[in-house]
Amino acid sequence: MALRAPQPYANPYVAGTCLGLVLLAAFVLTGRGLGASGAFAATSTSAVRAVAPEAAQTSPYFSRYLEADGRARPWHDWLVIEILGVVAGGLVSAVAAGRWRLTLARGRGVSPGARVTAAMGGGAAMGAGAVLARGCTSGQALTGGAMLSVGSWIFIAAAFGGAYAFARPLRALWSGRRVGGSTR
Amino acid sequence: MTDSLVLAFVIGVAFGFTLERAGLADAPKLARQFYLTDLTVFKVMFSALVTAMLGLFWLGRLGVVDVSAIYVPETFMAPQFLGGLVFGLGFVACGLCPGTSCVSAATGRLDGVAVIGGLFAGVVAMGFAVPAIAPFFTSGARGTFTIPDALHLPYGVVVFAVTLMALGGFMVAERIEARA
Repeated sequence: MALRAPQPYANPYVAGTCLGLVLLAAFVLTGRGLGASGAFAATSTSAVRAVAPEAAQTSPYFSRYLEADGRARPWHDWLVIEILGVVAGGLVSAVAAGRWRLTLARGRGVSPGARVTAAMGGGAAMGAGAVLARGCTSGQALTGGAMLSVGSWIFIAAAFGGAYAFARPLRALWSGRRVGGSTR
Repeated sequence: MTDSLVLAFVIGVAFGFTLERAGLADAPKLARQFYLTDLTVFKVMFSALVTAMLGLFWLGRLGVVDVSAIYVPETFMAPQFLGGLVFGLGFVACGLCPGTSCVSAATGRLDGVAVIGGLFAGVVAMGFAVPAIAPFFTSGARGTFTIPDALHLPYGVVVFAVTLMALGGFMVAERIEARA
């Protein structure tokens, strides 16, 4: 199968303005903004409940994602359905633009093992951070930022600050120097 | 499915489509934000934030929307600061955020799948840790607390200042990219 040449990405200001209109539509039509980490929390809760029902029910964190009868129904959760839409929308866009590729995107010369380890570790750090912060780049930075929430702007400053502070020590993950087995 | 969940799906499709169009499913591209060679993350995020902020302000001013009825994420100063730092560490380590990891996985990127696995692990681990750190978890709780409340400034003045700051940021971003 011949792969089509991928189209170039959209202008970031045009794409950002479109994203802002999507967020505005969510505010006006649903009274709330966008989110992502909340979908992970709701889905995690159903996994915790399946393995350890009493732990889910007594947990001050997970119990908030249970319904009144104590059951977990993530498919009733607004953010879980929204994230399923995100997956569908991303898939349609990538296929239409010739950008769908089964690949492991990584810095040049970075070994697959190092990339997967960093991706899982980074994901875990973001998951833990999002629980503490009550949201992520979608629910706090974009949504709370546009609503001018003080906590959301603290999150924006801390997240960018943290990423820039750790960028230098983690440089090898993106340039391939001194990390993993198979540097060029 | 209820109408509200149908709307959630439709809004999600538009959200995911836009993130992919912007190039935010591509982890090495996102990571370049933190090495100052490609500032797409900043440009997309702040043009979206400013567009939604201005749109909501003017729809409220024109009486189309009751802004006070829209949910504002609650403020918990200390955990949001520490959570942000830990989140930032994870962001530069994996090159994706929770929303973009889903888009990345949807476009065939296996690193996006690995980030999703890590996110579940982090949420479950910190979720179980919440009782042990309860005093910190709820410290600095201010409820619904906005910048206009904190600075005792009118909503419109803050909207105007944030817009100016974002425009200044875009000019700086263009200079940095031209130099890189």
